Parts: sequence; structure tokens; C-alpha cells
Amino acid sequence: MDQIVLQILNGLDKGSAYALIALGLTLIFGTLGVVNFAHGALFMLGAFCAVTLSRILSLSHTILDETKKDFLGNPLKVEVPYVKDWFGEAAGAAIIDWSVPLALLFTVPVMIGIGVIMERGLIKHFYKRPHADQILVTFGLAIVLQEIVKYYFGANQIPMNAPQAFFGSFDFGAMIGMDPGAVIYPYWRIIYFCFAAVLIAGVFAFLQFTTFGMVVRAGMADRETVGLLGINIDRRFTIMFGIAAAVAGLAGVMYTPINPPNYHMGMDFLVISFVVVVVGGMGSLPGAILAGLLLGVLESFASMRQVLEIMPGINQVVIYLAAIIILLTRPRGLMGRKGVMED
Amino acid sequence: MLGLNKKDASLLLMVAALVAFAPILLNPFPEASALAQFNAGYPDLMQRFVIFGIFAVGFNILFGLTGYLSFGHAAFLGAGSYAGVWMMKLLTVNVIPAILISTVVAGLFSILIGFISLRRSGIYFSILTLAFAQMSFALAASVLTPITGGETGLNLALDDPRILEGGNTTGNIPAPNFFGLEMGDSLQLNVAGWLWTFNVGYYLAGVVLIIAFYTAIRIFRSPFGLMLRAIKSNQHRLGFTGLNTRPYMLACFVISGMYAGLAGGLMVAMDPLAGAERMQWTASGEVVLMTILGGIGTLIGPVLGAGLIKYFENIFSKINSNLLHEWFAFLPDGLEDFVVTIIYPFVGKGWHLTLGLMFMGVIIFLPGGLVELGQRIRRVFSKKDANQHTKPAE
Repeated sequence: MDQIVLQILNGLDKGSAYALIALGLTLIFGTLGVVNFAHGALFMLGAFCAVTLSRILSLSHTILDETKKDFLGNPLKVEVPYVKDWFGEAAGAAIIDWSVPLALLFTVPVMIGIGVIMERGLIKHFYKRPHADQILVTFGLAIVLQEIVKYYFGANQIPMNAPQAFFGSFDFGAMIGMDPGAVIYPYWRIIYFCFAAVLIAGVFAFLQFTTFGMVVRAGMADRETVGLLGINIDRRFTIMFGIAAAVAGLAGVMYTPINPPNYHMGMDFLVISFVVVVVGGMGSLPGAILAGLLLGVLESFASMRQVLEIMPGINQVVIYLAAIIILLTRPRGLMGRKGVMED
Repeated sequence: MLGLNKKDASLLLMVAALVAFAPILLNPFPEASALAQFNAGYPDLMQRFVIFGIFAVGFNILFGLTGYLSFGHAAFLGAGSYAGVWMMKLLTVNVIPAILISTVVAGLFSILIGFISLRRSGIYFSILTLAFAQMSFALAASVLTPITGGETGLNLALDDPRILEGGNTTGNIPAPNFFGLEMGDSLQLNVAGWLWTFNVGYYLAGVVLIIAFYTAIRIFRSPFGLMLRAIKSNQHRLGFTGLNTRPYMLACFVISGMYAGLAGGLMVAMDPLAGAERMQWTASGEVVLMTILGGIGTLIGPVLGAGLIKYFENIFSKINSNLLHEWFAFLPDGLEDFVVTIIYPFVGKGWHLTLGLMFMGVIIFLPGGLVELGQRIRRVFSKKDANQHTKPAE
């Protein structure tokens, strides 16, 4: 029982990262009809926004501390971050400690900006081209973005820390009435899942309950008619692209303490995200979420020792296997709409 | 000639001539000169040009003719490689059985994958092939370790059975050979400062490339090729005429997979080692880049694209900042530093960046790739064709 709970938690946690990227992909596909292979790169850019912010925050200058001596007897040189000068010792330390959550605020405008520039500058010209061309040009863009990040940040993984308060693990089993110590789970992973849930709910609420969202949904259903009604649907879709980019970026920011970012993390996630989108059904937002979580749980159950003993290696392939089975038996995916990308 | 029209025959002869004289053509700089590092005429690189040329030609038969974008083609290359190494381990280190079995195994593997993947088209086909390739990669790297050697890869060992040679367990591991001619052997000529290397392995691969290229021409010009083009332009309409397109697609997919297996077989013939990373999806992405860059749907394009990318990977990536400073030393100091700073991110280790930008440029402005570029340039220079409309690249 505790094993099962643990694997479900693991799966939901991983699945929520898949779901967030897949959500962005689906938003772009549903609005603009573009298959965006650069979406993984956006996830990666988000993670590097967090890296950048933490580097900015820890920019420091050197002062001589007369009270301490180094091993030669000279006054010790101490690096003091500027934020500590401005906000005081305790507040400064707290700001640096909380750099990952703070990066969320920093990432949103940056990623929306990147998304809008990308859409206006490049993707716009590819609406009328075949899907293969869209895939290829965004694939090229992903390579370019990756290489730019590699040039500035190097090829190695960059470790990032969650705030001190969320270090360690807590007893999840005891919370839901199981034996204490049965299911122990790291704080940050639970926070990641909750964050993903809030973000997903936010995007759905935005689409469901605002006028802007209503227009966007109308545009997804019938772009031409909405345009004929005198609404500038293109501009709204551009903004949606920005939002999708921001969702991917936020997912990346929060993922940094779990997995140290490197320049090709986006590509690793992209392949699975595409599988998720296709399993969920092209263009279906709830499908993307559902498929993301399901595949995440499936993957974590497949990596259980007991399962691996029966079918060795199944954890490596189970996602692809599920995708193949679903694509062949349910051609539209789990929740795909009729008439979307059918040929 | 050989059932080709004049234009195709001259194209084939051109490719044959290029392959034959590559060791000379690719070494345009004398060995002692500063530019010698741009010489690409060393056996290892030339073999790669040719092998990836074959791979890209095969990929182009699928993508160029039918428009089905496979993102998992490297799986066939990997399967072929493994089969080739096993052949060398079990039977003989002669490369011919290894290359043949590679092609056959890749063909069988592609029948299996193609039969399932081709039930869908468009993006779904791309995802299905990608999923299969990733599965093969994951399995090869983990569970199938007894067959594939896992992450360390599969290579020859001294105590392999080698039935036809009666496995000797003393001395060195025998090198892959073509009836006694070892693949690594080469003839070096030093002509007035130019160093030319004529390598056995390269010429074997070159002959195979010419045969593969000839086959590709015949496929492009055959009724079968026309049928594949019809599938590309409108599969639905073709279905309405009462034709079942599935067998044609499967045949095309298998041919394309066999080309990949052939390339894999040649790869192990040159260097008897096979690793799982050959099947990873980035490797599949690479062949897509090659084909697009060279010119999709054209005959010669994929070969050019493969050459260009491999040249970038091996030569362009060697340029470092010292060298750049040397080149721009004639500029005033400040300007020199400035120019080097601008250029540096694009060369050396950053060659992927140039590649990505070039690839995007090709997709945006030149959907026909390098071949279209060549055609456009030729049109500018010849007034006769100036009024004619742009013909889509074949």
C-alpha cells in the first residue's frame, strides 16, 4: 500500500511537469495550428531565467573584514552580495535563499516577451506552410536557442537550490492516516505538484471565465468567423502564444531544484511531451493534462522493483508503448476532438 | 546508359567522378600550409561523408518522395550496425556478409515498424516512428545488453568464434577486410607538397554509394516512384481511384530502412563498433537536417547535405579563438578583438549554432535547399532562363 501511494506521488509529480509542457504545446496547437518543436527549448529558457536571476541576486563586491584573519594573517576578504547591502543582512540572505520562487515573477514577463517575439518574428510566416515545415523550422529554432544558452552558461548542469524552508522530506503517509514513516516524500516535489495544479487551474479559469478567454475559445473553434466579427483574433492568439511560453517557462523554473538545468533538458522533455499531446489528443487541453498525469503515473509504476523483476526494462519504454497502443486503437487520442489533424 | 536518360546518366557520372577523386578534391591545400586543417581528404572523414550520404539518400526516398517525415530513422542504422558486428563476431571479419546482413536485418526491422507506423500519417507518423526509435534506443542501452553490449557498445573480441576463419585466440583481433584488403589500408601519395590518401575502406564505401545512388535514380524515375509522388500530393484522391496505397508506402519505408541499414553496415565495416547512441532521436534528427539542407526530393541534395554537415562537424568545429586572432591579425587591434568576439560564438564548439541558423534559413528562404540555391545562382548568370518561372526542385 505504501509503495502504491509513493509511486502515485512520484508519477503525479513527474506527470505534472509533462502536463505543463503538453498544456503549452496544446494551447499553441489549438490556437495557431502550429506544431511547436521549440517548446522544450522554452521550458529550458524558463529554467535558465531562474539561473540568471539567482546569479544577478548573488552579484557581490569584496570587502575586507578586519575582525577575521586569513591564514597569512591579513584581513579576510569577504564577498558581500549587493542585495545584503540594500536590504540588510537577514532580508538579503532571505532574498537569495528564495531566488527560485522569486524567479517566477521574473520569468513571466521575460517568457511572454520571448513568446510574442517568436510568434511575430517567425511562426507567423509559417501558418500557411505544411506541418512538416513548421516542425522543421521550430526544430531549427530549438537548436539555435540551445546553443545560445550553451554559449553563455556552459554545457554543465547548474545546481539550483530550493529555499531552505523546503529542504528535506516530510511524512506524507502520516498525513493521510497511514503508519508514520511509511511514505516519506520531499517537500519541493509536493510543492511542484501543487504549483502545477494551480497553474493549470489558472490557465483553464482564464480561458473559461474571462472575456478574453471566451474570444480565444471562439477563435479556436472557428477562427475565420471570429475574425469576420471584427475581432483582432491574431493579436489574441499571439498573446496566447506568449502565455503558453510563460507556462513552459514557469514549469522550467520550478523544476530547477529537482533536476539541475542544462542546455539540452528541453529536448529530453520535448519528446515525451509530444507523446503526451498525441496520447491526450491533439488540440484537447484536458486531454493533455490527463495524458500527462496518466503517463507519469504509468512510468513510475513501471519503475517499481516488483514490476521490473517480471518485465525488465519496462520502465524505459512504457510511455512509448502506451503511446503506440493508444494511437493505434484510439486514433484521436484519449480526448481528441473530431476533425483536428485528421488525415 | 544503364536505363537512364542523358541528364541522369551525367549526374551519376558526376557523382562517380566526385567519389573517385574526392581524396584529391578534398585536399586543396598543401600539407604544410596554414590552411591544411581545412583539408577534408583524410580517410575517416571521407568514409563518413559517403556513409551518411547513403543514409540521407535513403531517408530522402521516404521523405522526399512521399512526404512522410520519419523521426526515427536512426533506429534502422543502429539495428544494421549491431547485426553487422554480430556477423563479424560469429562468421568472419570479411565485410561483405556483415554489410549484407545489416541491410537485411534493417529491412526486417523496418517491415515491423513500418507496418504499424504507416497506419497513421502526418504528425502521428512522425511521433510513432519517434516512439519506436526511442524504445529501441532505451532497450538497446539497458535490457538487451547481452545482445547490444549496453552503454559500452558492442565490439569485436579475440575469443569470438569466427566460424569461417576457425577462431584463433592468439595474436591480435583481426581487422575487417574485403577478401584480404584491410579497410584501414591506404596508399599515400605525396605530390609536390600535397598529401593524398587513397583508402581501401573509403573506396569500398564509395562504390556502394554509387550503386545506392544509381538505385535511387531508378526508383525516382520508375512508375513506383511516380506512385510515391502521387501519395505525397494527395493520398486521399489516390485512394478514391481504388488504389491501396499501403503496400507502396510500406515498400518505400522498407527500402528507406534498408538504405539506413546499409549505412550502418558500412559504418561497422570501417570501425567494428556499434553503440546505442546511434539510435537516439538526435541521430534521426541529424539525417533530417542533412536531407533538408541539401535539398529535399532532389537526387544529389542529400549527399551534399550529408557532406556539408559532416564537414562542419569535423573541420569547422576545430576553429578556435587563437586561430581567429591569427586570421584577423591584419586588422587594427581593437577591431581585431571586436571581429573575433563577434565570430567566435559561431565557430569551434559553437558550430551547432551556425548549423541551426543555416537550417532555419534554408527552411524559411530556400525550401529546396542547396540544390535550389545552385539553381537560382545559375539562373542569375544565364540570361536565357531569366524569364522562365521557378521550377520546383525535383
